Parts: sequence; C-alpha cells; structure tokens
Amino acid sequence: MPETLAGTGVLIRLGLRRDRWLLPVWILGFALIAYSTALAGAELYPDTASRVEASTVLNATASMVALFGRIYDPASIGALSLIKYTAFMTAILAILMVILAIRHTRSDEETGRLELLGGGRLGRDAPLAAALIISLGANVVLGLLSAAALAAGGLPAVGSLAFGLGWAATGMAFSAAAGLAAQLTASSRAATGFSISFVAVTYALRAVGDLAEPGPSVLSWLSPIGWNQQIRAFAGDRWWVLVLPTALCLVLVPAAFVLRARRDLGAGLRPERPGPAAGSLAGVWDLAVRLQYRVLLAWVVAFVVFGVVIGTLASNVAELLASPNAQDLIKLMGGQQALTDAFLAAEISIMGVLAAAYGVSSANHLRSEEAAGHTEAVLGTAATRVRWASSHFVFALAGVASLLLLAGVSIGAGAAAAVSDPAVVGRSTVAALAQVPAAWVVTSVALAVFGWAPRLAGAVWGLLLALVALGEFGVLWNAPEWLMDLSPFRHSPLLPVGAADMPALVALTMAAAGLAALGYSGWRRRDLAA
Amino acid sequence: MGSVVEMTGVVKRFGAVTALDGLDFEVAAGEVHGFLGPNGSGKSTTLRLLLGLLRASAGSIRVLGLDPWREVATLHRRLAYVPGDVALWPNLTGGEVIDLLGRLQGGQDRARRGRLLELFELDPTKKSRTYSKGNRQKVALVAALATDAELFLLDEPTSGLDPLMEDAFRGCVRELRAQGRTVVLSSHILSEAEALSDRVSIIRAGKVVETGPLEQLRHLTRTSVTADVAAVPPGLELLPGVHDVVVTDHRVSAQVEPAGLTHLMQALMTAGLTSLTSQPPTLEDLFLRHYGDIAAGVPAAAIGTAPGGPGSPGRGGRQAGDA
Repeated sequence: MPETLAGTGVLIRLGLRRDRWLLPVWILGFALIAYSTALAGAELYPDTASRVEASTVLNATASMVALFGRIYDPASIGALSLIKYTAFMTAILAILMVILAIRHTRSDEETGRLELLGGGRLGRDAPLAAALIISLGANVVLGLLSAAALAAGGLPAVGSLAFGLGWAATGMAFSAAAGLAAQLTASSRAATGFSISFVAVTYALRAVGDLAEPGPSVLSWLSPIGWNQQIRAFAGDRWWVLVLPTALCLVLVPAAFVLRARRDLGAGLRPERPGPAAGSLAGVWDLAVRLQYRVLLAWVVAFVVFGVVIGTLASNVAELLASPNAQDLIKLMGGQQALTDAFLAAEISIMGVLAAAYGVSSANHLRSEEAAGHTEAVLGTAATRVRWASSHFVFALAGVASLLLLAGVSIGAGAAAAVSDPAVVGRSTVAALAQVPAAWVVTSVALAVFGWAPRLAGAVWGLLLALVALGEFGVLWNAPEWLMDLSPFRHSPLLPVGAADMPALVALTMAAAGLAALGYSGWRRRDLAA
Repeated sequence: MGSVVEMTGVVKRFGAVTALDGLDFEVAAGEVHGFLGPNGSGKSTTLRLLLGLLRASAGSIRVLGLDPWREVATLHRRLAYVPGDVALWPNLTGGEVIDLLGRLQGGQDRARRGRLLELFELDPTKKSRTYSKGNRQKVALVAALATDAELFLLDEPTSGLDPLMEDAFRGCVRELRAQGRTVVLSSHILSEAEALSDRVSIIRAGKVVETGPLEQLRHLTRTSVTADVAAVPPGLELLPGVHDVVVTDHRVSAQVEPAGLTHLMQALMTAGLTSLTSQPPTLEDLFLRHYGDIAAGVPAAAIGTAPGGPGSPGRGGRQAGDA
C-alpha cells in the first residue's frame, strides 16, 4: 500500500463505528420503502389493462414526467410501481450520500479531528479513501438489499437487480462528486451546498430532457439521475447504462485525489481571504441571520424554480383527470377532484413537507451551535437563553412561512401563465400559506427535542420521515387512524380544493405554540450540554 | 467590600457522576483569585455554575450578590467570561467575533479593543477557521478584556499562549487589579497563579481543599535548604521538623518545616556555615501535597471527577508539626 494511503483501514473502522446507527437506518429505510412499494403496486394494479392505462396517463402528463420521469414499458408493473423511485428517491439517496462523504472528509478536517489523527501513521489520502470505501460499501449494500426487497415484494428478480444496481451506481457517483467537492472549499457547509446543488441541477436536467417528445433528449443523458432512469429496470433492463455512472466515478475519484495532493490539510484550493476587522453583528438575532441566511437563500431559489416549473405544468392536468384511473392516482398523490386545483393542492402539500424539512434543519442550528461550543460563548455574555434560542427558532419559523409564501406565489404564477387565469395566483398563495401551521408544528418539535433531549436532535429527521411515510403508505399499511392522525400534515386543509378549515389551522398553530413553550421550558432549566 | 463570589455546599451531579461534592468557594471584591486544580477536578464546572450555564444540584451560589441561575442577564452585564475551550464560528473573522461578543455584553471600549489587539498581536481580519489555538484564545481574551466588567471569570486563559503573550496577559490582569476589578483565574499552571494571585483556592475531586493567600499556604509546606559547612554536624535528621536530609561531603540539603528552621539554622551556624541557599515552597509543592496520590502511584483516573475520590494519604504524615 502506498504511504499516502496508510491508515485507511483504521479510518474505515472509525467511520463505521461513528455511523453504526446512521447507515443501517438509511439502508433499511430504502429497502423497506422498496419492499412496501412493490407490494402496494401489485395491489393497486392487479391486471395488465389497469397498468397500461395508468402508465399511459402518467406518460401523457407533463407534470408527472417532469417530476418522476417516463414509464418505458406500460405493461410493466415494476416500472409503474417504482415511478417515484428512479429519479425522486434517487435524488434523496444522492443527498444522503453527499452528507455521508462530506461528514467523513471535510467536516473532520474543518473540526481539526483529522489533524489529531494525522499525527499518527496516517497517509494524506487515507481520509478520502476511507470515506469513499465506506460510501461504496453503503451504496452496494443498499442497492443489493433493495433489489432483494423488491424481489421479495413480488417483482421480477432480474429487473429488481437492475434497479438495485442502478441505485448503487448512481449513489456512488454522487459520493464521488461530494468527495471531489470536499477538496475545493475549506468549509464543510460550502462543500455540502455545492454537492447538493449538483444533485438539484442533474435532477432538473433530466426533468427537461424527459419532457422532450417522444423520449428523453440529450439533456437526460447529461444527468446521472437521468442515467439511472435510462437503465429502465423492469422495462428492458439496459445493463450497459451502468457503465456511465461507473465511468463518472472513475473520473471523479482520481480527480479528487489529485486535488487533495495539491492542497494543505484544512485548506481549500483558494487561500482564505481576509475579512472585515470589525463586525457589524449587533446581537444574537444578527448572528442567527448571518449563520443561516445563505442556506435559506438556496432554499428560496429551489422553491421558486420548482414552484414555477410545476405551476406551468398545471395545464396538462385536464387531460389526466379524464380517465377514471387517473383520478385514483391523483387521490393517491393526496389531492381531490377539480381540474387544475387538485393538481395544485397535491403539489402544494409536497411543498408543505419540504418547508417543514427546512424548518427542522434551521431549528437544529440550536443543537449544532450548542454542540460546537458557540452557545457557551454567547451565553457567557448578557444574552439570555430565551433570546438566543428564539433567534434561531424565529428564523426557522419565518423561513418556513416565507418559503411557503414564495412557493404559493411562484406555483400560482406558473399556473396562471399556463392556463391564462391570473386568479390562480391568489388561490395558490392562500393554499400554500395554509400549509404553514403544519410545518410549524414539525419545526416546534425540533425546539421541544432541543429543550429536553438535545442529543436526540437528529431523531427529528427520523420523525419527519416517519410522518411522510405514514402519509404516503399509511393507508396501504393499514395503519390505525389515531396513528395517522398524529401527523400534522394530515390536518392541513388541501386548498384550493377543499374548504379552508380554520379550526384545524388554529389547532395546528396552538399545537406548534404548545410544543415551542415545552421546548423553552426545558431549555430554561437544563444544563448547557457539550 | 464584601464577597463577589460565594458558593456554599455546592453539589453538581451529571447523572451518576458527582463533579462537585459540597464545594465552598469565596472570592473577595478587588482580588485576583487563583483557582487551581488538575484536569477534571471541577474547575470548569465551577465556573459554568457561576455563569448559570449549569444548574447546581444543591447548595447556594451568589455572584455579585445575584443568583446566576435566575438573574443571568443582569449578572452577565457585569461580568466577562473566557471559556476554557474557545470555539469560534469558522466563517466569522476574529474582529467580527470580538465585536459581536462585546455588543452582546453590553458594549466594549473601542480604544481598549484596539490596544489589546496590538498588545496580543492579533490579526482581526482572519477567518476564525484559520486561527491557531493560541489565536482563538486571544480572540476570547480581547473580547472579554475590552469590556467594562466588574468580575472576570477566566478559565485557563493562557492555554495556548506563548510566553511573550502570557506576559502581556499578566500585565492586563495587573491593570484590572489596579482598577479594583475582581478576577477569577482558573489554572493548572502554577507559576501563572503564583505570579498573579492575591489568594488561591485549590480544588480537588470536586471540593475546595485549601484557600488563602499564597504566603499563608506556604507555611503549610517545607522550605528547601542547601548549605555548605566546614564539618557536617551529626544528628541533623533528628531535629524536629527537618526531613529528607542528604549529606554529600560538606554539603547538606534538607526539607524543613517552618517550625524546624530555627533548629536547623542554629545547628548549621555552629558547624561553620560557608554558603546557604533556601528556596521558599512553590505552588508546585503545595499542589503535590494535595495530589500526592499521583506521585504515590495512585492511577490518575482514580482522582479527577470521581466522587469522593481517594483520600490524600500524603497529607497527614507530611504535615506533622503544622501550627
């Protein structure tokens, strides 16, 4: 083994020890979702005729094609059941792999942990090599386990394997991309942001590419997520496409090592520029804004672009609803009848969940600031606990509300242009704002957990995923009513279709306030935890 | 002027671990108080309790006459704190952090801020990410020292500073004392406390085991005496209060308790004294007495935060003859 790789084995063991919960939960989560989807698909579409009809409708609906892609064999139960998973779920997998790779490379470097280890017999390339090997292992296990789960769910074994290997190869391509991004900037946040933008761009590229008639245009072939779709698992099983993500890895990984060799430990490619000698931050609120606004801006851009795109797709919905089968489908998406509005309602409820995810990530700054030791410095001054906690929490609440406002306006603007009905803007904005209280409830859960069990801050993500899964699969799983009623999203009125259920909105807001009060009371009486 | 810090019977438990076990600690107004103890003895826990960052399991705490848990904002306007482990926001510059902390504190003296930056040779335009440990420490020190606090709580303030900077820091503390401010200085570096402190408290396994002016504590330990004499008189080791007598040719060295000095000096003078060096006990000696266990081979892990850790077998015997 070359000198520069010395210690890779030790780092792999250390990494697996640190990820002993994270990786199994992710991997099992993907396999479970694959399994339940395979089961659910067989139940929903019992015969070929129903499959062909559903697939034809989906392929003819631009919004569905843009969001999820095309079905290349209308008779294939696998291709139809997994329509949400070749692009959308793959993007989520890609984001998780980015987080994993950065966590073991740039984050460790930024905190100085690698420097601590670097005093030992540790080669320069060992951390990156270890991170990539752990990622490879995670991707392969996740892919194979998901393939087994799909086959166990009743889908053809060959297609299941093609699908699973697609996830593994695509996930690894994004691991490699993150490994490269980790060499570019001194800040782990910037490296993560850069990599996730890459995921978003590849997702958007294939959305535009897939919309081209008759099939995918060259744009889809420029995107690793597009490649994953072009494997066409259960609809031809084109194994050769797996060469593309593999080849991308073979380019990105050596490039990352070359970049690593050209820089110092802890440094980015560009030397750190000097900043202002005096600060303008006047208090905890300024500090929270300073620490959070960049991430919020990225979300704002994503929400507006996403909103306008799905808004403009609203015109295709009329066609979709003509078929009785499609109505079932729309119901599955969470909507009710009524042309454009049903589609908007479904999309806006997705935006509500995404905004809640932003709320959790923003409110969890409380915990990351405390764990980093920054809170001790702030609370050592005249700043009080409540004021400090409020700075991040209020930022989170305001961020959630502004994201949904922008989502409503941009979806409405896109739809208004598409169906030539300016009134849609108002309806869609009100509909999006009606999602705010439910997203606030989830955000407040993050504060409550911070107040009482700060070390469990990460578990709030698990809770959010569970709520989403419950909303998505609760009916299929025969989950009890009371369990599904625990999800705040279930109580959000589905505007602009349904009635504006004011009591529900008030109740959700009260629940959020109650959780926040609970969080504050815990935070006021507990010790500062390191 | 009364006490600025009063802690009585303070207990702090973290789950099953008792970090402070009935700690009594008192700091008078206007003094520089050294708070000494090895790693894990409870120094930082004590300071965090004084700040209201932690809540005491039992006992009473008053800081500047206020309850640090309940009246935290009022209290913190009047004190400044430098944490033991300075963590800064990686993408803010040192200058930005200093100004932020100063404003949160309720204002800092711009002129003094500039002077301190110069004194500590700190470049405020660098991102915190690029600072060394010593430079991060300087950021926290400048932020604290530039405020107009009455009480300064400094947790191992010179860790990471080079000797020149340590010297600059000492100058700052002396300036604070001259202005009548109170400084609590935790340290395991004895020379630092020795050079600065009016009084010291020694903490061990969650209890303050000794408090007083350095001079007074020194009475508790032995002076090291080395003398050259014409002829070494016999029976020196039998003199009361004289220990560890070593004779090589015409040279005698011994460890002497305060009460034994007169006897030894008389014996040496009659023996034809040609040269004499005597070293007062250092804080090191004081420390060794309280942590004699470590020297005696008790594993260090058994001391630290362990509740009611092992006794100090070295104490009783070596203290024989104390007034």
